Amino acid sequence: MSSLVRQRHSLMFRPRSYMAFAIAPQPPVVDWLSDLDASLARSEAFFAGQHVALDLSAVNLSPSAIGQLVTNLEERNIRVLGIEGIDPAKWQAGLPPVLRGGRTARSAEPSAAITAADPAPAPGPARPASQSPEPASLMIEDPVRSGQSVIFTEGDVTVLGSVGSGAEIVAGGSIHVYGTLRGRALAGATGNARARIFCHRIEAELLAINSYYRTADDIEDSLRRRPAQAWLDAGNTLQISAMN
Amino acid sequence: MAQVLVVTSGKGGVGKTTSTAALGAALAHDGTKVVVIDFDVGLRNLDLVMGAERRVVFDLVNVINGVAKLPQALIRDKRLESLHLLPASQTRDKDALTEDGVAKVIDELREKFDWIICDSPAGIERGATLAMRYADAAIIVTNPEVSSVRDSDRIIGLLDSKTVKAERGERIDKHLLITRYSSSRAARGEMLSIDDVLEILSTPLLGIIPESQEVLRASNVGSPVTLSNPLGAPARAYFDAARRLKGEQVSMSVPSENRGIFNRLFARKAA
Repeated sequence: MSSLVRQRHSLMFRPRSYMAFAIAPQPPVVDWLSDLDASLARSEAFFAGQHVALDLSAVNLSPSAIGQLVTNLEERNIRVLGIEGIDPAKWQAGLPPVLRGGRTARSAEPSAAITAADPAPAPGPARPASQSPEPASLMIEDPVRSGQSVIFTEGDVTVLGSVGSGAEIVAGGSIHVYGTLRGRALAGATGNARARIFCHRIEAELLAINSYYRTADDIEDSLRRRPAQAWLDAGNTLQISAMN
Repeated sequence: MAQVLVVTSGKGGVGKTTSTAALGAALAHDGTKVVVIDFDVGLRNLDLVMGAERRVVFDLVNVINGVAKLPQALIRDKRLESLHLLPASQTRDKDALTEDGVAKVIDELREKFDWIICDSPAGIERGATLAMRYADAAIIVTNPEVSSVRDSDRIIGLLDSKTVKAERGERIDKHLLITRYSSSRAARGEMLSIDDVLEILSTPLLGIIPESQEVLRASNVGSPVTLSNPLGAPARAYFDAARRLKGEQVSMSVPSENRGIFNRLFARKAA
């Protein structure tokens, strides 16, 4: 077991990209905050543990107003990891760092495919077929366990097993679960309103398509424990229907 | 070749320590050399359940720190010659365990024993992750209720990612042990059915241990239930589980409370 002896490495910094949800306040900010409160009231933990970037390109705020807005968001348990869309001259110490080069996550370039709370090594979720010209998809042959998070923004995610309570699938495209979906499924996460969620048995904690979501509370009992699909209708309402 | 087993669950109070002791004694019954290790540093219990609390001199942390040699810390069971206990320290906490130290102890035990059973503490923190770190196989102890099952699901995810075997790209063998099962309560819908638990966890079943006063009684007198009452229902279920661990094919039956025809109607076989 000599390989287990910890070796001291020299310090290395590697560039690495992560997925973050950007929220963009609209003027007037006061109204925007009350809209935010209204949606948070429906599901207060929605932003819990999420990486959130603040896109200020639609509003024109002074540094102190930005600081106030960040505080307001923190009071709502939304922790801002960075700010984008401001003139760097407006930044001052104490504010979250300015982010640059952000792009909508539906990029052709292969980025990080899976990030898991407990990243599973070699077996199971394999590398996405990012070299192929076909639409990317990720197939997971094992159950996704509670606490694990599968994030694949390039396309569809197919899970052959079940998705446990407390697990999470985030896909740029559609999500297919051939077992029971007990955790969260967020399809079309990069702004794709046509993505859908299919599962063999629905007991989901949360379903979201293009960030329009429904929690378990809002899913009718008559739909539960059977094959179902979810999609967004023209009015951006998340619809769920049985599939047999 | 020695097998390192971790008995784990995520949730506390589901029967990890009881099962470690019972399976340890069942495996050692035919003279197979077995050691049970208590990883619950600071909240040790296995010594009590094994009835060895008055014979603890050195412990796991002493061995890791080099205060004592491994043979000095091992306690031989008075009833079964081939069964040994490596107790935890009660005065320290989980930070006293180091990855290298645990690796060294396990390696040394692999030389001496056929089965090394690591009794994990509850939770998913240091004590639990170190208990599973070097395991070849895991026994996931689950009660048939939702919180226990979800915690087990989480633990299975950790077993597939945080163990040395998983990091080498191999697969850790996982066995599900359902404890405190009551057929009458399951029939009344007061607890999850065996099928529900198996469906949620999709992990092979090692055994079903019935809820029984005998288990509590055995713990209180400091004896693994497989030694205190080897013919009782829980002991027989543990013996069957131990035989399955050794690779034998033993048919699985759902334990039912023996109350005549009513229960016989509900008796059936599980997968």
